[in-house]
Amino acid sequence: MPHRTVTPGPAALTHDPWLSHSVRIERLVEEMPGVATYDLVFDDPATAAAYTYQPGQFNMLYLPGVGEAAISISGDPGEPGHIPHTVREAGNVTHALAELKIGASLGLRGPFGSAWPVDVCIGGDVLLVAGGIGLAPLRPVIYALLRNRDQYGDITLLYGARSPEGLLYADEYTDWRSKGLDFQTTVDRGTAGWKGNVGVVTELLNRMSLPRPEQTWLMSCGPEVMMWYTIQAALARELSREQIYVSLERNMNCAVGLCGHCQFGPEFVCLDGPVFRYDRVESMMKVHDL
Amino acid sequence: MLKFASCDGCQLSLLDCEDELLAIAGAVDIAYFLEATSSVRPGPYDVALVEGSITTPHDLERVRQIRKQAGFLVTIGACATAGGIQSLKNWADHEEFMRCVYAQPEFISTLSTSTPIAAHVPVDFELRGCPISRHQLVEVLAALIAGRKPRTPTHSVCLDCKRRGTVCVEVAQGIPCLGPITQAGCEAICPAYNRGCFGCYGPAAQANCDSLVDHYQQQAVGTERLVPLLRNFNAAAPEFQAASNRVAGGDAS
Amino acid sequence: MADGQSNTTERFLPQTGLQHLIDLLTTDGYEVIGPQLDQGAIVYDTLTSVDDLPRGWTDRQEAGTYRLEQRNDDALFGYVVGPHSWKQYLFPPLTTISTADRTDAGWEFQTPSEPPPRRAFLGVRACELAAMKVQDRVFMGGVYVDPAYQRRREAAFIVAVNCTLAAPTCFCSSMGTGPQCTQGFDLVLTETDAGFLIESGSDRGAELLEQLPTREASESERDLGKAARQQAVDQMQRSLDTAGIRDLLLTNMEHPQWEEVGKRCLSCTNCTMVCPTCFCSSVTEVADLTGDHVERQRVWDSCFNIDFSYMNGGVVRNDVRSRYRQWLTHKLASWHDQFESSGCVGCGRCITWCPVGIDLTAEVAVIRGSGSATNEMHTDVAMQGET
Repeated sequence: MPHRTVTPGPAALTHDPWLSHSVRIERLVEEMPGVATYDLVFDDPATAAAYTYQPGQFNMLYLPGVGEAAISISGDPGEPGHIPHTVREAGNVTHALAELKIGASLGLRGPFGSAWPVDVCIGGDVLLVAGGIGLAPLRPVIYALLRNRDQYGDITLLYGARSPEGLLYADEYTDWRSKGLDFQTTVDRGTAGWKGNVGVVTELLNRMSLPRPEQTWLMSCGPEVMMWYTIQAALARELSREQIYVSLERNMNCAVGLCGHCQFGPEFVCLDGPVFRYDRVESMMKVHDL
Repeated sequence: MLKFASCDGCQLSLLDCEDELLAIAGAVDIAYFLEATSSVRPGPYDVALVEGSITTPHDLERVRQIRKQAGFLVTIGACATAGGIQSLKNWADHEEFMRCVYAQPEFISTLSTSTPIAAHVPVDFELRGCPISRHQLVEVLAALIAGRKPRTPTHSVCLDCKRRGTVCVEVAQGIPCLGPITQAGCEAICPAYNRGCFGCYGPAAQANCDSLVDHYQQQAVGTERLVPLLRNFNAAAPEFQAASNRVAGGDAS
Repeated sequence: MADGQSNTTERFLPQTGLQHLIDLLTTDGYEVIGPQLDQGAIVYDTLTSVDDLPRGWTDRQEAGTYRLEQRNDDALFGYVVGPHSWKQYLFPPLTTISTADRTDAGWEFQTPSEPPPRRAFLGVRACELAAMKVQDRVFMGGVYVDPAYQRRREAAFIVAVNCTLAAPTCFCSSMGTGPQCTQGFDLVLTETDAGFLIESGSDRGAELLEQLPTREASESERDLGKAARQQAVDQMQRSLDTAGIRDLLLTNMEHPQWEEVGKRCLSCTNCTMVCPTCFCSSVTEVADLTGDHVERQRVWDSCFNIDFSYMNGGVVRNDVRSRYRQWLTHKLASWHDQFESSGCVGCGRCITWCPVGIDLTAEVAVIRGSGSATNEMHTDVAMQGET
């Protein structure tokens, strides 16, 4: 019955889970209005050298006096020296973060949480389905898969956003495709000049060929309702529950399973998630207001 | 800092912020604060702190003017956010009151009700309490200066009682207490001095007044005690008003 | 519950010896915390003398009611548990967990490394020992250890006292946590009319025991102790049927009883605050006027607060029904998944200190009574956060 698994990621940097490390904004990219990517570097070289993370994990970014926010890491785990976080302005912390400039000092605790199963799906086909800013936690997977491209079969990314402007990391698409990513985008509403797909991302899934469903792994991140329909579509295409992974979001306060905020049934989303294999959370995703 | 029907106690809370007052005075430009200075400058104002309830036709006109002048309008205190203790008149015969009190009631121009500011103009933030907490006032001002959302609690007084180790006066002594349905902010003072909560900070979020009232009635707390308990500084707060009306048997407004 | 202790090592401590114990602990540098009368209840606070203990008092408890009453004897521990629990010393209502200072080179972060407060807890009940064990798993048994809790916990000296009576709200027998103290203490006492039976449960307890004016307990004295402990077993009225409780609750997430209890529940947080195992907290930022020195303070919070499940875009558990369900299913069901034990130790505090007397054992019984009749969770497909 108990199914607590050991956090698959590397242990966080410190034995005191409350201690933040000083980091600085090294690079700042405005992705779209209200969304920016902050590359952070540690002040302390020893801390920087010790820091590694796995795709899907998150950090707690801390602005003293304002508070902390859980932000997934959107960088290349192979280059952990500078750590990108793509952040949408949504609350006090992220608003205050948006005021900061390159060189600004802030705190970081992490990495925390579970990882996408990039090792589990070696030898198989990988299907990534993202919605909106949900591409950010999946970008480390893209980097990791493409870095070891020969270890995987087909790698497909289906990415939906409300509008063409809402598609993240557009300047990287060519590179990803050239490295062997089968990549399709779709938007809810096209704009002038948009020649791509219009509609929900599950339509792309319904249309694509899945030659060997028993060896295909789905990783999905986006609004819960989008993930839900993606899961249903995948199940209909004969993927098993054990081949489906989702990243869930709850109010994370401590990030280390000690504060109770992010509970989702028996799960602490900060500790057992944010990435879950679907069979583990299926019954809870069906309960209202859990 | 502008005032309607009220006792000025909430305005005084700002002057009571002794430690923080200089920092506040340094960070903001105080344009209108009669309790502190008679020097007054005309609007528009970035932030208007409004104390007091609307009780006269003149108030009505003035609050609309203030709204036009104010970038961000914060109502402070039970009068401004819920009508205050003077909203007891909402349940009484206002004409009769005037006849009893004034020799020539025809010179009195007043409304039959005391109502919160938000009943008449849009309000950007409500700071509860009778009086308000100076800590919360500083928090609101600090948040406005920093451009963030103020952090004020929405939880019940009970949580603060427990945090400070106060034994529940209701459970241990049978003292009727509004703590379970009242918003925190006062640091749970009254139960710490062996008194039930008077509801000074108004209804907590999603306050379950019916259940508490049912319980007190089962405990044989009479209408003559329950109605005044609910009709206090926040008598006209919708949740408390509905509860007191239910206890009183619908014999009021 | 049978008297499962061998008791062969039980010693006899005369009534006058208890002051000796307090003095020894004090001399050892411990701040002794124990039960005493305050605010119309028996609470825990610092004490120096046996005269501080609630001699001759007891508590009468029912759902939503607690009253002090005088006993017709001079018992020092003749009551069960009050509104306080040892949680307030191990996991304090407010703890500074980290600090930040602005320097020319940027923010500097630190965590406090204060010396652990040396405290001796006098009068710890079996259910409270069980509660500490539960919180040990929460704060020290997982991937991350809470340093503040660990410091306090490891420094604490525990003098347990067996219950010799049970309140109508007690149900530790059915939770398998009491009423007899079996482990997790340094010393354990059983109070009888003649004096105390005392036994050690740790090396440091044994060391202290040797310094106390005890003698070998006679068989009749041991029998007196046994009878006193049995009285608590015999008085236990309430129970919680824990058979299959995890699956029972987790497969009844849409049971109508949640709605029903949601109408009575005040969502006032009292049950979670008095619960000796509830561990929910929030961190608040406290800055000085310049904003150059900031402390992060952890304060007790509760799953009954609306803000507790706030996310960007809305509150997840936005009605009393879903919050009560979260509390109860966590406490009695998903706690097993998380910590391999129940989160409930049967102390009954949540029943007594609920202003409207909601009784979790009764709520569970209702859900159990209708069983799978409303087990519709798996067919009710609906998503939260739908826009």
